[in-house]
Amino acid sequence: MTETPKDRRYSKDHEWVRLAEGEALVGITDFAQEQLGDLVYFDLPEPRTQLRQNSKLGEVESVKAVSEIFAPLSGEVIEVNQQAMDSPEIVNQDPYGEGWLLKVKPSNVSELDSLLSADQYDTFVATAAG
Amino acid sequence: MVPFAGWEMPLQFSGIVDEHNAVRGWAGIFDVSHMGRLIISGPDAAVLLRRAVTFNVNRLKEWQSHYAILCQEDGGIIDDLVVYRLDRGRFLVVGNASNAETDRDRIASLVEPGMDVTVKDTQSRTAMIAVQGPRASQLLAETVTAALIEQLPRRGCMEFELMGAGAFIAEGGYTGEEGYEIIVDAGRGHALWRALLTARAKPCGLGARDSLRLEAALPLYGNDLDTTTNPFEAGLGWVVDLDDEPFAGKDALLRIKREAVRRRLVCLEASEKGIMRAGFAVLLNGEVVGRVTSGGFSPTLGVSIGMAYVPVELSEVGTSLEVDVRGRLLPARVVKRPFYKRS
Repeated sequence: MTETPKDRRYSKDHEWVRLAEGEALVGITDFAQEQLGDLVYFDLPEPRTQLRQNSKLGEVESVKAVSEIFAPLSGEVIEVNQQAMDSPEIVNQDPYGEGWLLKVKPSNVSELDSLLSADQYDTFVATAAG
Repeated sequence: MVPFAGWEMPLQFSGIVDEHNAVRGWAGIFDVSHMGRLIISGPDAAVLLRRAVTFNVNRLKEWQSHYAILCQEDGGIIDDLVVYRLDRGRFLVVGNASNAETDRDRIASLVEPGMDVTVKDTQSRTAMIAVQGPRASQLLAETVTAALIEQLPRRGCMEFELMGAGAFIAEGGYTGEEGYEIIVDAGRGHALWRALLTARAKPCGLGARDSLRLEAALPLYGNDLDTTTNPFEAGLGWVVDLDDEPFAGKDALLRIKREAVRRRLVCLEASEKGIMRAGFAVLLNGEVVGRVTSGGFSPTLGVSIGMAYVPVELSEVGTSLEVDVRGRLLPARVVKRPFYKRS
């Protein structure tokens, strides 16, 4: 497994969010891509869509199953990673880097306090996986 | 690992798409020991089997096999099987894991007083491994036996010696590729699996088994076939021999054929992004006209494919339908069967 980067926060729904220069990148975790297996399609919101923390933002289909993606923070979608939309396998290969999904303008960065640190997320996953 | 018909089965090893592509382009191995295996033997073995299944087993020469269906009296499908004629009075019947006991009991129940035949369940004493893909024969030649593989005709089978014990090999499989299935006694299954791995066969799980068979439009019992479906609407009329000899379900099948079927199992290919899966409704102009019985993503075609029973008038190749994917309508077309055919 890829090491969980410490430069971002994690939701219990297995999304990550990384703040940089007032913008937030959002993606799914290595654990999520591993569980889903071969990713096939993403259904993601258009730019200018307003996201609300913890509400469903889209879906990801893998060969195995479909899964909902939840917004780890509130804000406005600025950009969708077209590369990930066209070649979802890059999310399997590099979920924390090239495989980001959305660029978001956060409406309330203090929401990130409710998310998990990398260490907390690792513990959460280890417990959940039993 | 996932539970499957009382067995713990691997869904995947390296990944479904990776395993799928290995079978299409190289060779993969599947542990299919969960499949039902019956030996029907005795002077009346052929008589019993002719009464049990839709295919006339008397057409089989020794060391040949054929697909067959076990029907209820009303023509509903109890199971789909492969029947192997070993010698004049001995047959191997391979059925689905979920139906292993049903098949055995059903066939045994058709034994009549005076018949000289025994039905023996050999599933728990043997292991079964499928080797599938364009390199399957090469891998088997390296690991098992070179000479025997070359002699094996399409749909042929034979008994041979493997690791000092009796074993069975048959040409065939469930992936749409060239392939073989080997049965050895249970204690030698592991050694055979290791030998094939060493020869660089790709280990494959249930996930790839499902995507491969779906591309080949091979029906799966419990999804595309069950007791509420009959061979004609499932596109399996070619497995029904309506000759002079009686068999279970024949009267009903004659009637169904005469009256013509009302629905057909068709192949659907999505025209947009989205994945149809089993259970999803199939629609035309907002009306539900059927249900997806098997569905998924085709790694070979790069789109979602599936099978569904739809009214005969909507079963023509080219018909445009829609699949309800959690409220979104996914356009899909009826396409020619199968989705994938090896070149």
